[in-house]
Amino acid sequence: MQKIGVFVCHCGTNIAATVDVKKVVELVRYEPGVVFADDYMYMCSEAGQEKIIEAIKEYKLTGLVICSCSPRMHEKTFRACAEKAGLNPYMVEVANIREQCSWIHKDKEEATKKAVILARAAIAKVNLNTPLKEGESPVTKRALVIGGGIAGIQTALDIADAGYEVDIVEKEPSIGGRMSQFDKTFPTLDCASCILTPKMVEVNQHPNITLYTYSEVEKVSGYVGNFDVDIRKKARSVDADKCTGCGECSAKCPLGKIGNIPSEFDRGLRNRPAIYMPFAQAVPAVPVIDRANCTYFKTGKCGVCAKICPSKAVDYEQQDEIVTVKYGAIVVATGFDIINLDKFGEYAYNESPDVITSIELERLMNAAGPTGGHLERMSDHKQPKDIVFIQCVGSRCDSEEKGKPYCSKVCCMYTAKHAMLIKDHWPDTNITVFYIDVRTPGKNFDEFYRRAVEQYHVNYIKGQVGKVKPQPDGTLLVQAADLLDGKQINMKADMVVLAAAIEPNPGVRKIATMLTASIDNNNFLTEAHAKLRPVESPTAGIFLSGMAQGPKDIPETVSQAGAAAVKVIGLLAKDHLKTNPCTAQCDTLLCNGCSTCANVCPYGAITYDDVQVMDHGLRETRRVAQVNLALCQGCGACTSACPSGAMDLQGFSNRQITTEVDAICR
Amino acid sequence: MTELEKKIELIKEISGSDPYKCMRCGKCTASCPAYSEMDIKPHQFASYIIRGDLDELVESKAAWKCLGCFACIERCPRDVQPGKLVDATRQIVARQRGGDYLQPEEVPELLTEDLPQQLLVSAFRRYRR
Amino acid sequence: MAGSIMKYSYYPGCTLKNKAQDLDKYARSSALALGFELVEIPEWQCCGGVYPLGSDEIATKLSSVRALNYAKEQGQDLITLCSACHHVLKRVNDDMKNVEDIRTRANNYCGFEEAYAGETKVLHFLEVLRDVIGFDELAKKVVNPLEGKKIGAYYGCLTLRPGKILDFDDPENPKIMEDFIRALGAEPVIYSMRNECCGGYTSLKDPEFTKQRTEQIFDDSTGFGADCLITACPLCMFNLNKSDAKTKVPVYYFTELLAEALGVKEGA
Repeated sequence: MQKIGVFVCHCGTNIAATVDVKKVVELVRYEPGVVFADDYMYMCSEAGQEKIIEAIKEYKLTGLVICSCSPRMHEKTFRACAEKAGLNPYMVEVANIREQCSWIHKDKEEATKKAVILARAAIAKVNLNTPLKEGESPVTKRALVIGGGIAGIQTALDIADAGYEVDIVEKEPSIGGRMSQFDKTFPTLDCASCILTPKMVEVNQHPNITLYTYSEVEKVSGYVGNFDVDIRKKARSVDADKCTGCGECSAKCPLGKIGNIPSEFDRGLRNRPAIYMPFAQAVPAVPVIDRANCTYFKTGKCGVCAKICPSKAVDYEQQDEIVTVKYGAIVVATGFDIINLDKFGEYAYNESPDVITSIELERLMNAAGPTGGHLERMSDHKQPKDIVFIQCVGSRCDSEEKGKPYCSKVCCMYTAKHAMLIKDHWPDTNITVFYIDVRTPGKNFDEFYRRAVEQYHVNYIKGQVGKVKPQPDGTLLVQAADLLDGKQINMKADMVVLAAAIEPNPGVRKIATMLTASIDNNNFLTEAHAKLRPVESPTAGIFLSGMAQGPKDIPETVSQAGAAAVKVIGLLAKDHLKTNPCTAQCDTLLCNGCSTCANVCPYGAITYDDVQVMDHGLRETRRVAQVNLALCQGCGACTSACPSGAMDLQGFSNRQITTEVDAICR
Repeated sequence: MTELEKKIELIKEISGSDPYKCMRCGKCTASCPAYSEMDIKPHQFASYIIRGDLDELVESKAAWKCLGCFACIERCPRDVQPGKLVDATRQIVARQRGGDYLQPEEVPELLTEDLPQQLLVSAFRRYRR
Repeated sequence: MAGSIMKYSYYPGCTLKNKAQDLDKYARSSALALGFELVEIPEWQCCGGVYPLGSDEIATKLSSVRALNYAKEQGQDLITLCSACHHVLKRVNDDMKNVEDIRTRANNYCGFEEAYAGETKVLHFLEVLRDVIGFDELAKKVVNPLEGKKIGAYYGCLTLRPGKILDFDDPENPKIMEDFIRALGAEPVIYSMRNECCGGYTSLKDPEFTKQRTEQIFDDSTGFGADCLITACPLCMFNLNKSDAKTKVPVYYFTELLAEALGVKEGA
């Protein structure tokens, strides 16, 4: 028989206001196995824990029941407390009389009755608990960062600087991400490339960082501390070891002049050749051949690039290569793009070349961009005199097919930035911003926006735009509402800029599935706890960095990247990880080899093996289930599915569950 | 519930729209072709209904001037469907005695040779209960 | 297409029998030339011209419910030409499919043998041309291509919105009428007022306002080079014709130009 101690917590008034804790203590004192019962104001406090430790020592307790808040809050606390007193931590059970009792009932009598029942069930279970021992699993001291934008780059640098090996896998030919496309960044108006490219070079040269560009993660298996990842290195058709980055191939590619392959980096505002580097400061400075559009790969003709390459680096025969690498931790930093604007025909984006998105504007204003930094209309290359900015295109939108329900966070700031930069260069330009609200939630952010209004005289009008109407003379007429002055206005514009909603990069869902990482309906990866654990996925060993987790600007991205790095370092610094001992166990004498358990296991933790079994004096070979204890998360699916009862879950055995039910139904 | 509160609840029910979703962005007002004719603007209907400002609503011309063209409904980012709120207001007024905007006696004067039936029927449906 | 002619239940609407007969007769003859027949359903009533938005209005939807049910009993799709009828029929159909309250009450009142639940497919004549015949096939049957004509399509508001329910075309950037114009051999003209309301029924009591709207429509379309407009709505046709805008151009029913291009205009 166990010697169980029961502690009932008041939790201030959280429990005590609705549950008569003293009565609970009275009623459970005589339950089978209980030798000690007490109540206290705050069991989780130092004083409360002292009481537990004293009781364990004095009454030589072999089991503990704590009636308190949810085990998600303090099970760990009480287990650690028991361990301190020399009691096996798995001889502790928590009866949740707060979230599942006092917080949801109003009637004190009812709530107290229920609390007693919950306590009884826990006591019945503890009577059957066994002192489980945690296992150990090793930790591979290498981290994987998926995504090579500013988030991925910063995370990788922080991990590498701490002395650990880290790999970056980036699907584009170069790292740099969205930030490399920007011109200047708010609120400091730093040139994006000037602050990004040094980091890109640092990443390339860092002894602890390996770059896999033009590569994608194809398969992930394993568990925290021991991931096995297949990386597909797509064929660049260029030998990176021979290439010097001279650029002759791109310069001479015939499709560069006569072709019509839109440049992804320049958002389709100009074309690029078939063999190309996305931008001049690309890291690595090795071009790729776009095989889908390359004449040689389509027709077998041309081959100019191979002929003129001074280093003989062009290799048409190059194949994709798959490498498998082991990692201890994985960081997802896959970034974002803007939404498709097909559902917003009222803004004439597809009709008029003079209606552009904010990212396209960044490319136009960038000195390395398609117009060399000259702001011109894409229709007639004249400089625009009247520019209208439309905010919240597709953000804060309730209709799923059209847009996104959330606020994209960065657009109010970047539009103020665009307006000021344009006014700075070309002071005669008239700029109007149509907004719903102006959101400036950062240090120096509101002052930044006020500068646009007070110093640069940007015209901010509260009200949305109904329609952008292209006119016969090539200008645009913007039909909008001025809500504060109570007017419907028709404003002439030479150029209209749409602040389109951001969304996580497509393809992130595939990655989340590979990692079994939580992802929400908006395709943002979910955190373990929105406030207290914002850079960790609920899946152990997966960490989140950057826009992949939620809309944020560059200062926040860099902060979060550092936070994710610290969590990774904390994991890699351990030599061993403790594994959960509440795992499934197969009684090989009962197992009939039906494979039901293996089919329902979400973690792929069960395999079938032929083992030697002694049954009734006969030695036999039988096909039975084997559980990989490191992969098993103790979910119990196999236990409930097993038709013969061979599979049981330690810590939550079939007997324990039935004894709890019996106690409840008494 | 007072009479007023009942009428407001009725407007919400008939319209099937939730005025609380409105974020006062003004896209409906920006899209409305009949804006110049309206005293209460499309974006204001939601707040009038939330405040229960029925007196001003029933006196408004706006309910009769709405063209029923669905531009505001198509473009509203919050699915408030302001056109439905306008129409529900119109119905509350039209369903009262003497609340019609068009009387049968007026029609003969307005008739012309080429006036299509569609015009008469639509006008009758919109201007009367 | 080979041999037997495809039949559709046809709902003409009140105006097509009277003030808008052109829209109707040219449609019938064009349909025959293209290999399908419009069979007018017996005992139809006026759709009401506007779709009643109130959630408690049932009686005003019943004429549409009856027409839809008749088509269902024939096992045919229901075709209509008038923009307003197209709008009302599709919206009532959507209610009957998705709104339990309306479906139950309408069925209780009508007492059909089998309850109607939105099974019928409602098609605008243009949708038949686009989805069943195909504009390429139509182009092949054109004998008098309308070469040199610059035609502005005037959609108005009732054919397109609400986009999700009418499912006719993209409400902000439609293509169906422009593709139709191209199939007839003419050049379509795109202008932003093509999907903006002409003023509709307000022309009865507020003709000055409607004149403002139609003037904008003519200014915009002719500004982009249109020398005529086509429409599918008798009310738009009336309002546009009443305009005294300086930029006014002739307005035709799309079926008239279709019949002309197919060479069946005379015998209609």
